Amino acid sequence: MRSALSRRGNLPGGKEMSESYDILIVGIGGQGTILASNILGEACLIEGRHVKGAETHGMAQRGGSVESHIRIDGLFGPLIPPGRADLLISFDLLEALRYSHYLKKGGKMVVNRHLVLPTSVFTQNLPAPTQDEIIEALKKHALCLLDADTIAEEAGSPLSQNVVMLGAASQSIPLEPESLLDAVKRLVPKKTLEINIKAFEMGRKFGGTCR
Amino acid sequence: MGRKYLLGNEAIAHACLESGVDFVSGYPGTPSSEVIDVLRIQPDRSYYVEWSVNEKVALENALAAAWCGIRALCTMKHVGLNVAADPLMTSAYTGVTAGLVIMSADDPFAHSSQNEQDSRCYAHFARIPCLDPASIQEAHDMIPKAFSLSEEFGLPVLFRPTTRICHSKGDIEISEPVEGLRKGEFHKDPRQYVVIPAHTRLLHKKLNEKQPAIRKRLVELGYNRYTIQGKTAIIASGIGATYVQELLPDGVSFMKIGAYPIDEEWLGDFVKKHEKILVIEELAPEVEEAVRQAAGCVPVLGKKNGFAPFEGELSPQAVAAIMERAGFLKKNPLPLGDPLQNLPPRPPILCAGCLHRVAFYAIKKVFRDAVYPSDIGCYTLGLQLGVVDTTICMGASITVASGIFHAGDPRDIVCTIGDSTFLHTGIQGLLNAVYNGANITVVILDNRITAMTGHQPNPNSGMTACGAESPPVSLEAICRACGVIFVESVNPYEVTGMVTVLQEAKKRKGVKVIIAKQLCVISARRAGIKRGSYQVNPEICTGCGTCVRFGCPAIEFADERARINDLCSGCAVCAQLCPVGAISREGKK
Repeated sequence: MRSALSRRGNLPGGKEMSESYDILIVGIGGQGTILASNILGEACLIEGRHVKGAETHGMAQRGGSVESHIRIDGLFGPLIPPGRADLLISFDLLEALRYSHYLKKGGKMVVNRHLVLPTSVFTQNLPAPTQDEIIEALKKHALCLLDADTIAEEAGSPLSQNVVMLGAASQSIPLEPESLLDAVKRLVPKKTLEINIKAFEMGRKFGGTCR
Repeated sequence: MGRKYLLGNEAIAHACLESGVDFVSGYPGTPSSEVIDVLRIQPDRSYYVEWSVNEKVALENALAAAWCGIRALCTMKHVGLNVAADPLMTSAYTGVTAGLVIMSADDPFAHSSQNEQDSRCYAHFARIPCLDPASIQEAHDMIPKAFSLSEEFGLPVLFRPTTRICHSKGDIEISEPVEGLRKGEFHKDPRQYVVIPAHTRLLHKKLNEKQPAIRKRLVELGYNRYTIQGKTAIIASGIGATYVQELLPDGVSFMKIGAYPIDEEWLGDFVKKHEKILVIEELAPEVEEAVRQAAGCVPVLGKKNGFAPFEGELSPQAVAAIMERAGFLKKNPLPLGDPLQNLPPRPPILCAGCLHRVAFYAIKKVFRDAVYPSDIGCYTLGLQLGVVDTTICMGASITVASGIFHAGDPRDIVCTIGDSTFLHTGIQGLLNAVYNGANITVVILDNRITAMTGHQPNPNSGMTACGAESPPVSLEAICRACGVIFVESVNPYEVTGMVTVLQEAKKRKGVKVIIAKQLCVISARRAGIKRGSYQVNPEICTGCGTCVRFGCPAIEFADERARINDLCSGCAVCAQLCPVGAISREGKK
């Protein structure tokens, strides 16, 4: 069964693994991570590439921490092991920090500057890092920090922030921006099409300014 | 038909269309719900679909359809199979005429479940074939085979995906849907369908006689297969097999198990060609036990000697660790990484404006030192509010409450149960509590929908699975018919009203039922109901924290003052709780 594989890469320790570009999208249940992952999957189909993914459904969606794994050119399992993600897209600052150990050395991060503190912080008086502390901690990675809420509002709707995030991340994703934009057009509701195209393009433009 | 990027459950649903399914029933449960959610919204649907009131009801309906000669699918989560276990066990005796596929989705790691039971054990117990996919594509491709296998042997087939199949995605090759037979007809045959002792003894014998041919057939179908590549071997099943394939070193043989029962002779031939065998599978040691029986003196490494865990979910890194421990990898290529400690956790939480939160608040206010049995649903999250003392399985709030009462606990006992759960298996508990003279308060949290699994309608919602109108059942009438005298319906958003009714219930003896009615906030938002939003006047707010302790995710606290964020759904409960009147509707004074 191994002979059937066309793409293989190397892991530290000399162990071979299938070579996929691994993206972890994280956020808070209800922020639209699933649509973002669907757009990436659709873009892979447009380019005729294999893709695997895994995501959170059910109870955890109720305002909990959620994650979507997407493995472009993935041939095996849907889960990205810690330390292996090429790209982390986070819709929330705290969630970016929580999942940062999934990034591989040299991996990139596209993070929304927005911080929602868990309700437990207020009800149980738990200590929580400040916005500045989180940003400082994230800086040890190749970080692209953007104000997706503001950009989304400029594009026409705060609900388009997931597409803004994808636009910014598209600078690092090994898919043609045209394929991603086509996928956006196929998947967003018709009446929000113009807003989402604008959101993607504004996000992409911002992503171009990141190192 | 081509390739599509699909969720595992979407691919499974599509495969049912490709198999010409005629009849679909089930009860929602994560991770199984999306299969029926996809099938029930198909345009030009020619098959029958229902959300049944529970899994036993669903399976009996589907079994009858398969007896009538039409292909039936019945879906549920693993714990639902416990509810359906009664018809399951005997359906193996009666058998089926057309294909009956029972999908029981397992949830290793209990992502959204009360336990980690393994549905493969049920197939073993009932002596029916079980298919256990290792990927979404395999899950998709297994479904048409599952129907034909069911027809070939005249037995229900258990299809057992796990969370990582149901809720994973991939580019999946799909085919065109096929038209089924649509109309069934029941052919009377008491020796098959009436399981009196004289009949059932013969049926049991017939079931056992089918087994050797099933084992051979599953090997022929290619679900159980191997490649010999060396003197040591790994045998794996389910998603674990996919992870092993990603890590398999050169010179190690590999056997993949995707169907049960496993042919012992075939397994023995493979095992005896090796000097060491490692078994990797999630949950119960179902494969491992078969391998151990076949192994003779060949050493077998697995759960039973500590190389692999009995519990939890496998992952690439977990499989790498098992392979390293068993000497199949010199160095683990997937170290566990280093998650940051001390970050505040973000568990799921009841939505802003959820009726459950305010109902729990009122219960706690009236019944301070009480025992609070609860049930399965979003409201299990009431644990965070200190108002959920027990949760065991669907419908077990009222029964546990009456059990605690009859055990002699002197405290007040107040149990909570959702509308869908009450209709699932709660009614019998209520009937029993009244009949046997329990002294308890039952609060039915009625949001008119099965919310947690994705807002499926139930007999209380006013529509069927396919959106046809159906008269909503009267929960009040059911409770009264069970013999409850004190039945009161309240709007929990009116806090004082709900508190008053609870106080009244507290004074009375016997079984009291309070039905807290309010639409699920997610349903309300989807229906376009807008209640505006609320704000805190920082000049009036004293920072006392009353509203913060209420635990609504829309209420934050910074600089000694409360603040309401954009999650607010306008339920107005916090405005009623604030002791100084600092909270008011936005735009109003």
